[in-house]
Amino acid sequence: MSRGLLLLLLALVLPGPPVWADQPPDAPAACRVAQHQVENSFKLPQVARAIAAKHLDILVVGAGSSSLPGPDGVKNSYPARLQASLEAALPGVAVKVTTDVKARRTAAEMVEGLPADLAAAKPALVIWQTGTVDAMQSVDPDQFNRALDMGINAARSAGADIVLVNSQYSPRTDSMIALGTYADNMRWVAVQHEIPLFDRFSIMKLWADLGTFDFYAATKKIDMAEKVHDCIGRLLADLVIGATKPEEPPAIGGQ
Amino acid sequence: MDPVPSGRDLRLDLFRGLALWLIFLDHIPSNAVSWITIRNYGFSDATEIFVFISGYTAAFVYGRAMQQHGFIVAAARVLKRAWQIYVAHVFLFAIYLAEIAYVAHSFDNPLYTEEMGVLDFLKNPDVTILEALLLKFKPVNMDVLPLYIVLLLGFAPMLWLLIRAPSIALIASATLYTLMWIFDWNIPAYPSGTWAFNPLAWQLLFVFGAWCALGGAQRLTRWINSPVLVGLAAVYLVFAFCIAMTWYFPWLGVYVPKFVGDAIYPIDKTNLDVLRILHFLSLAVITVYFVPDTWPALRSRVFWPAIVCGQHSLETFCLGVFLSFAGHFVFTEVSNRVIVQVLVSLTGIAIMVATAALLSWYKRVERQGPRPPSVKPGYAGGDV
Repeated sequence: MSRGLLLLLLALVLPGPPVWADQPPDAPAACRVAQHQVENSFKLPQVARAIAAKHLDILVVGAGSSSLPGPDGVKNSYPARLQASLEAALPGVAVKVTTDVKARRTAAEMVEGLPADLAAAKPALVIWQTGTVDAMQSVDPDQFNRALDMGINAARSAGADIVLVNSQYSPRTDSMIALGTYADNMRWVAVQHEIPLFDRFSIMKLWADLGTFDFYAATKKIDMAEKVHDCIGRLLADLVIGATKPEEPPAIGGQ
Repeated sequence: MDPVPSGRDLRLDLFRGLALWLIFLDHIPSNAVSWITIRNYGFSDATEIFVFISGYTAAFVYGRAMQQHGFIVAAARVLKRAWQIYVAHVFLFAIYLAEIAYVAHSFDNPLYTEEMGVLDFLKNPDVTILEALLLKFKPVNMDVLPLYIVLLLGFAPMLWLLIRAPSIALIASATLYTLMWIFDWNIPAYPSGTWAFNPLAWQLLFVFGAWCALGGAQRLTRWINSPVLVGLAAVYLVFAFCIAMTWYFPWLGVYVPKFVGDAIYPIDKTNLDVLRILHFLSLAVITVYFVPDTWPALRSRVFWPAIVCGQHSLETFCLGVFLSFAGHFVFTEVSNRVIVQVLVSLTGIAIMVATAALLSWYKRVERQGPRPPSVKPGYAGGDV
């Protein structure tokens, strides 16, 4: 393969300015993100039903990157911000987000607690953040896939929709955590089960590329982390609401 | 019988050199320049090229040794090479530890509490370093050399068989590959999981490279030059390119029929998925078709930088791994603006070329002999 061909391919891929998502006017500019990052072709029928019934319960299952440290950590982390965004966007609907978030858990470890969580929360939607700890411990990718399958099936058989959330973009630890396989597998598993994947990694990468946030920064201050979680919560809300709207153009496959 | 061709095929050096550059670019995390590397446009990446050509050159070098000096001598030389690579790997691990320890010391951000946990291994260096020496603990991007070591450890008997019964050797390799897929064989890793590059899978490409070097390539010539095969290869590359585009533009995914997705995913790099092999073979077929080894440009200055890197592949590879750590360090501590990423990438390649050129020069000087004559009294300090 010649370099010339590579450059040609590059030229084919790069042109065209990014298409910005239509943001509600109250969204901070920092959250702007390329439209394709939050768009997805899979629907959330249980959520649509729950919204129609004016009562939306959501369960967030996750590991350390679904929480923030400190006394206000819970209030400012993305599950709480998701609840706030959904409440603002869905007036008249009672939105309740419960969480099962504990640091350092692999997908398989999270699946263990899932049946009890589902029974307690009876959610219409499960948001499952996973992959980072599996990558850090280099869990066997097949085992990771099986855990994803089990978790998705458990949520579905409990009558809930499910959205996967992948790892954070963390440039400082890039050379230490090989996210690649786990991120790829999450994408494929999501497509196979026809469920949305919230691509947190690409969204954060885009912010980094645009200079919205400096993820290389070494700081003890929590304000950037809070802003990031706020944006994640808003974008997750966008995804959830987008996936309950009826198809606008006739869908090409993807059902 | 003499199946080992004598002349050196510069295309091997050229493409191995290019593969080394691509591996370097891919190994710098968050590097914008890695957009140009082939892994973004299809299923296979530079690793396949590197492993195949390494198998080819290993057979080329040690095959001749085995025919001229016998099994024992050749096997001893293969093992010596494996030992050299092991030493190189441990050296790189030491550099990696230095980088990690620095990052652990300087990095703090409440957003990444979880991710920082990856540095916990520094708390028990006794286990970690031992596991690293046993090749069970392998940091990110340090998987290729351990793979190479294991492949060389098993290479001498395989080479013996390849020289005597090339077809049987190739079938044996493919059988091992198949059994690996059926029974899920792999080597365990630390702290959990298995090797990221399964040697039982990747040996197939290495042995296939060796088989080609020992006369297989000539046997395939008629096939490779058939327009039908070239056409099929081109179609497959286009297919892989289209699939690859859906990774970056998920909205394109709706155009991929479900049965195609079900059939191809997941594309397993650890176990060298068949789709990856086919992608590499397609690239190889197209390359061999359009770049004959008599192509005069191969001897021109344009390709010299890549060729010289390919001729010193172990050193260049190790240097590339080191430079990718250094590049990441620059992004972290200085700047990660795109212009810096481009500069770091170009500088890295320039350093690789300069070092390879220096190594060539050393080799030439050492070969040129005669060694400086022992200085006689009276001539010392000579007349210059």
